[in-house]
Amino acid sequence: MKSWKTILFLSLLVAFILSPFASPHPDGLERVAENLSFAEKATSALAFSPMPDYTVPGISNEKISTATAGIIGTSVAFAAVFLAAKALKRGEARD
Amino acid sequence: MPGIGHEGLAQVACAFMAFCFQKLYERVNFMHIPDGFLDVKTIATTAAISAYAIKKDVEKTRKILGDRDIPVMGVMAAFIFAAQMVNFPIMAGTSGHLLGAALATALMGPYSAGLVITTVLIVQCIFFQDGGLLALGANILNMAVVAPMVAYFIIAAMKRNFHFSGVDTVAIFAASWLSVVTASVFASLELALSGTVALKAVLAPMVSIHALIGVGEGLITVAAVAYIGKVLNIKPDEGSRYFSTDAESMNGGGSAK
Repeated sequence: MKSWKTILFLSLLVAFILSPFASPHPDGLERVAENLSFAEKATSALAFSPMPDYTVPGISNEKISTATAGIIGTSVAFAAVFLAAKALKRGEARD
Repeated sequence: MPGIGHEGLAQVACAFMAFCFQKLYERVNFMHIPDGFLDVKTIATTAAISAYAIKKDVEKTRKILGDRDIPVMGVMAAFIFAAQMVNFPIMAGTSGHLLGAALATALMGPYSAGLVITTVLIVQCIFFQDGGLLALGANILNMAVVAPMVAYFIIAAMKRNFHFSGVDTVAIFAASWLSVVTASVFASLELALSGTVALKAVLAPMVSIHALIGVGEGLITVAAVAYIGKVLNIKPDEGSRYFSTDAESMNGGGSAK
């Protein structure tokens, strides 16, 4: 197995196995926002988001929903950077 | 009949508008700065700085990008996305998660790291409603521009000035910790500049919580750099390939003035 594929596999494993068991508590920023009572201002300018809150709509089991969102997000992040870097390299070759 | 037609059309239009704007009044959960926290001048300023930084990242990355680096950048994005989903508890009722700026910087230098984290933030914003669309510039500035630069300067400075064994590990830990804390300072400044909360109220809690999260960041980063560096066969010397390129161009720029 090529070495980068090992890390991709590890990332998918982390997303699938560990993310459903992540701490459900708010992180640093959300905790501070709640304590100082400006968390209520949090909105989204996006009318639609396919997987809000790292859950896949339609999957009722919370852990499976999070794990699936994790797999999708990890794959999308990989593909996006991979394709962007490839395009960058092609652009360089043309210069 | 045309009257009814118009009425129907108006109803559809209203329903569509309601659908589009309902989110603007709905409280959302978040790990990154959501919409509703920043004012127009802060949104515009941070977006402009981030756009300039991304342009620089692209130029610098282009210069050092080898064929082998393409999948490496991809898997770094995958790993950082996955790791950011795994919140770890830091104290009662509060969690933290990896940022990944020092991790990416230690393995790829600050410019490629900036591009990787920027892409992760865009994916999180669009697909997962985490971090506001209007706040994207601010989130990129804090986590994909400032944090990698802080990590870069700490690692470079410590490697240059200290030569004890294990200096790499200490430098990576320090870079991780300070990159997270500095990002939290910038987030606090943006919130205060927007009039959302007073700086003197928000700065201390943000920094103290992120000082704890930074310890987790440091531990995970030290382990991840060692493991990923080994698997991807990025030797410390090769890691510094990106560094020396950067340092040379920076020194060159400095001496020219």
